[in-house]
Amino acid sequence: MSESVSYRVVRAAVLLFLALFTLYPLWTLLTISLSTASEAGATFRWIPQVLSWHAYVAMWKTAPLLHYLRNSAVVSSISAVVSLPIAILAAYALTRHHVKGGAVFLRVVLATQAFPGVLFLLPLFVIYVTLQNALGIPMDGTYLGLIITYLTFALPFSIWMLTGYLASIPQDVEEAAMVDGAGKLRAFIVTTLRVAMPSVMAVGVFTFMTAWGEVLFASVLTDSATRTLPIGLELYESAKGLVIYWNQLMAASLTVSVPVVVGFLLLQRYFVRGLSAGAIK
Amino acid sequence: MAQGEAKLANTGSGPDPAKTPAARRSRRHVQPYLAILPAAIAITLVQVGPMLVGVVIGFFRLTQFTIGDWIHAPFAGLQNFALAVNAGEPIGRGLWISLGLTSVYTVLVVAISWVMGIAGAVFLSDQFRGRGVLRGLFLLPYAIPAYVGVMIWTFMFQPSGAVNTLLGSDLHLVAANTFWLAGSKAFLAIVVTAVWRTWPFSFLMLLAGLQGVAPELYEAARVDGATRWKEFRHITLPAIRSVSQLLVLITGLWTFNDFTTPFVMFNTAPPAAANLISLQIYVNSFVDLNFGLGSAMSVVMIAVLVVAAFLYIRLLHMHVGEVPNV
Repeated sequence: MSESVSYRVVRAAVLLFLALFTLYPLWTLLTISLSTASEAGATFRWIPQVLSWHAYVAMWKTAPLLHYLRNSAVVSSISAVVSLPIAILAAYALTRHHVKGGAVFLRVVLATQAFPGVLFLLPLFVIYVTLQNALGIPMDGTYLGLIITYLTFALPFSIWMLTGYLASIPQDVEEAAMVDGAGKLRAFIVTTLRVAMPSVMAVGVFTFMTAWGEVLFASVLTDSATRTLPIGLELYESAKGLVIYWNQLMAASLTVSVPVVVGFLLLQRYFVRGLSAGAIK
Repeated sequence: MAQGEAKLANTGSGPDPAKTPAARRSRRHVQPYLAILPAAIAITLVQVGPMLVGVVIGFFRLTQFTIGDWIHAPFAGLQNFALAVNAGEPIGRGLWISLGLTSVYTVLVVAISWVMGIAGAVFLSDQFRGRGVLRGLFLLPYAIPAYVGVMIWTFMFQPSGAVNTLLGSDLHLVAANTFWLAGSKAFLAIVVTAVWRTWPFSFLMLLAGLQGVAPELYEAARVDGATRWKEFRHITLPAIRSVSQLLVLITGLWTFNDFTTPFVMFNTAPPAAANLISLQIYVNSFVDLNFGLGSAMSVVMIAVLVVAAFLYIRLLHMHVGEVPNV
């Protein structure tokens, strides 16, 4: 029951190290964003000599940050909203029915994690351009192309997580609802899915985060009108010649991190619950 | 057969066929496949299909000169592959060196992340004040967009950055003007950055795994007077074995494919010590504009990954693709 002194010392030391390692870059991010441009470029001090809000004011003018924010918000939230029913339906079929080839499907889903993005970036681009030319669906440099890409990127992990979680929920309540005359899918939706809602939300946040932070495909699939944050922030490095506006870059980075960090922290316990419910047996 | 029946039912020739028992039964057969269809289509269109096209490109001489009329690019047979793997030539040698480098990088990042993750997860499973705050803090690097994390570290590794202030001016472990982003030190820089981004995910998964361990096991062990270390060795580690196996596989695949870390840090001109395979292929494809060669290199890379993953799964007797409880 009791914790020995040496155990407590070890625990405190390890946790302190982990906390400092985590905080070190975050502290840098915060202090540089509150520095003047000249101090941000000079030798790093733990506490800036002059604290200034200037970077948070100037960053909106140096690059069209608001525009990128809006693009990322549109693309990320639509990706999350659309991918959820797709992942839920797949997980429903895999856990509530005996699907022939279900194991193969799950293996392919896991295998997609092994694909290097650089291999299918060009083919995907070519496929999108071909679709656009053949069917007249605007895919290149549009929200649509990005949304389809990102919602699919998050699907494998979402399906794995939901499959594990749904499999761990007993089916008695669903069966009772079916006895009352509801179809299987309907029974699933009104009983189990309602219970699983927090995990579903967590998966949605995961998809949002994936789209919010993706760099490689955004660099090819966006144009100046649809450019998302990861590409947009590079402008702070190249804006006005070779000078890097480190303080503005850090201020903008911190600003764009806030929405995902808040969403994630609010839902973090559902992440843990969804994961622990078993994707892994 | 079930599909044929469903088609019949859907054509709706009889009097309200959807309500007949046979139609209802067949609908029930088709329903799970319809439910899985959207996911299958999306993954085929965006991932599996393009990957197969990518493999095909490896057999063509697709360069900046032929890309405009890509449909008529000349067939190259195995030329690209021969060029990619020939260790006697600079390109092939570069590929193998990069693969070796990426392997070392992957092993280091995954192992360190696992150790840090398990330490954080085990200690935060104890009851004490402030554990909720620490848990939130440890997860922050995972929530922050990847490129933001790498950008901060890039800044910190500058000669006048925070790393030299800490390790140089304050602790006197290195020269205060050490240049981290060039030469062999660049390898350290990408490993530290990747660990910072990766370990919170290990922590998250292992924390989740620990919640599934029955508390009675620990209580029984404590009655028997087991030390913390013995508890960890004989209860915790075996209990989270399968979580750890899957975790190492997933973080291993992600890390081996890591593009964001070297690209955001060095753009397309990394020092040799940070020239990870994804960036190497990107440079060949999108800077040197030799798409055929880039694709052939990707195929070699995937082959290495698949063999490694397959051996891993087999050696550990993992049951990948089995749905629990069904």
